[in-house]
Amino acid sequence: MGTIVLKDVQKRFGDVTIIPNANLAIKNGEFVVFVGPSGCGKSTLLRLIAGLEDVSGGEIIIDGSDAAQLPPAKRGLSMVFQSYALYPHMSVRNNIAFGLKMAGMPKPEIEAKVAKAAQTLNLTDYLDRKPRQLSGGQRQRVAIGRAIVRQPKAFLFDEPLSNLDAALRVQMRLEIMQLHQTLGATMIYVTHDQVEAMTMADRIVVLNKGNVEQVGSPLELYNNPDSLFVAGFIGSPKMNFVSGEVAGQYQAQTIGVRPEHIALSSQSGAWEGTIALAEHLGADTFLHIDTKVGGRLTVRAAGEYDQGPGAKIWLTPEKNRIHRFDQNGRAIKNAA
Amino acid sequence: MATQQTRLLGKLAVAPSVIVLFLWMIVPLALTIWFSLLRYNLLDPGNESFVWFLNYEYFLTDPAFFAALGNSLKLVFAVLAISIIGGTLLALLLDQAIVGRNIVRLMVIAPFFVMPTVSALVWKNMFMHPVSGLFAWLMKSVGLEPVDWFAQYPLTAVIIMVAWQWLPFATLILLTAIQSLDEEQKEAAEMDGTPPLSYFYYIVLPHLARPITVVILIETIFLLNVFAEIYVTGTGGPAGNLPYLVYFQGLLNFDVGGASAGGIVAVVLANIVAFFLIRMIGRNLEG
Ligand SMILES: Nc1ncnc2c1ncn2[C@@H]1O[C@H](COP(=O)(O)OP(=O)(O)OP(=O)(O)O)[C@@H](O)[C@H]1O
Ligand SMILES: [Mg+2]
Repeated sequence: MGTIVLKDVQKRFGDVTIIPNANLAIKNGEFVVFVGPSGCGKSTLLRLIAGLEDVSGGEIIIDGSDAAQLPPAKRGLSMVFQSYALYPHMSVRNNIAFGLKMAGMPKPEIEAKVAKAAQTLNLTDYLDRKPRQLSGGQRQRVAIGRAIVRQPKAFLFDEPLSNLDAALRVQMRLEIMQLHQTLGATMIYVTHDQVEAMTMADRIVVLNKGNVEQVGSPLELYNNPDSLFVAGFIGSPKMNFVSGEVAGQYQAQTIGVRPEHIALSSQSGAWEGTIALAEHLGADTFLHIDTKVGGRLTVRAAGEYDQGPGAKIWLTPEKNRIHRFDQNGRAIKNAA
Repeated sequence: MATQQTRLLGKLAVAPSVIVLFLWMIVPLALTIWFSLLRYNLLDPGNESFVWFLNYEYFLTDPAFFAALGNSLKLVFAVLAISIIGGTLLALLLDQAIVGRNIVRLMVIAPFFVMPTVSALVWKNMFMHPVSGLFAWLMKSVGLEPVDWFAQYPLTAVIIMVAWQWLPFATLILLTAIQSLDEEQKEAAEMDGTPPLSYFYYIVLPHLARPITVVILIETIFLLNVFAEIYVTGTGGPAGNLPYLVYFQGLLNFDVGGASAGGIVAVVLANIVAFFLIRMIGRNLEG
């Protein structure tokens, strides 16, 4: 079991309110990703759930009972830290076994569990090494191993992959997703990475200055953002925003169109512009286009786009892919 | 070519200082060795004669030598034990958020800056004096017989004074080490539900292994040389260590040959200690 419910959770450091009022319900076995700009309180919220920080108010209900006043070890959660936080002078085996040893589990049982975890994580050959004799990816696996042997109700990850290089990150991402399927455990995962958030999450929680801005599946957030903030945060490259006269035509303060939802033509279209920059990624080309209607817009063109900087070009947004926002930045539903 | 030339130039450039340092070391050492092979008494000048290893024979068979060696070792081990155990406890305490932490830290460090002679005088006259000392007053005020430290427990008294001087050093080094313990590691231990004693034993102590070896090395070098505290308190008879014995031979018995032999013995002993220490530290610093 592993349901976690946050009820009116607040956190202040001195006079500074970091989390004004957070409400969230996480179902058993769900993979939830926290995203948001730097400093918005993702780590703080995760640490509140872990018990590494005390709440200033509210309840953290784990499996039906309030755990807000329990010490971290009593909450039955495991955390994987960004810097791995392995014990440097202990072997991999002892690192993984340490939590069980502290819990007073008998030796043979510990050994069996460590062996099983090592097998799951491909660490069997490294059990007698010290952490500093391992690569970054292997260290991260040890940190995960340390988390899984305790059979926690839920796993908490705070940017676990941000110290790894790009290729390893992709691999570890898949391994964590695989692990989630195998264990079926609840996981809460903090990340900066758009791709991690979109691909791993059952549900994404977007945080903005400590407030839960929107919660939903990755595609819900992508297709129906509730606010300008979410629209701008989810998706890469960022959604284009245009306000003023053009937005008025759509009865909105601001309209937003994603770079992948604009068609290009060298002869005719809705908006006229000039290519300022072109980024060639191979599979796609990102064009940065100066337009009269809304300044510089980003457009994704499939494949290698043959026009370079300086070329005149027309843009046409896909009609049913235009997002409309009112003056408070809230989405206006039933897009025109 | 260029690199060979620069290498030669480099050697030439450092040569003068290396030569000076070498002479600085070798001349006194050679002279001491030379004196140690002579019958050389200041009361009988002009009658020096070459006696081979007779001085060593006398020095090493003198009961005072074994007493001094024993005192040297007892002093070193006792002060090391006090300063490392006490230093660890103090460092753990100072790492906590106690009130007036900065002032307390400053006070704890202070004894290290007091000259050994001054500290010995202060201890002798203000604390351990059997009539006017603070300890005597405390004993008397609870109705007990005051202890005459330097007569009854001379070595213990010296150990207390020296430990008082070296405890701050160990505390300072160990405190910095404790503060460099990774914050996330502490939190990981918290998540693992580690009770305080286990936390100290499994996480803090291994982290302190290196700084403790460094403290042992540095303190041992200085503790083998303790002299001022013994000289100033006049405990050289019962509590004299090797340096004191060498002083006694040379300047109280006027036996320069015997003192030189004692000096060389002390050098050899110090090198044996250094050999083991360096090996131990080498292992610890690798780990
Ligand atoms: N111990 C603390 N004392 C005071 N302020 C703190 C403390 N810890 C965090 N904060 C503040 O709380 C805010 C949120 O911090 P938090 O670490 O949760 O951000 P984050 O969303 O994880 O950011 P990042 O993506 O950069 O990791 C920041 O403004 C930070 O300065
Ligand atoms: Mg963070």
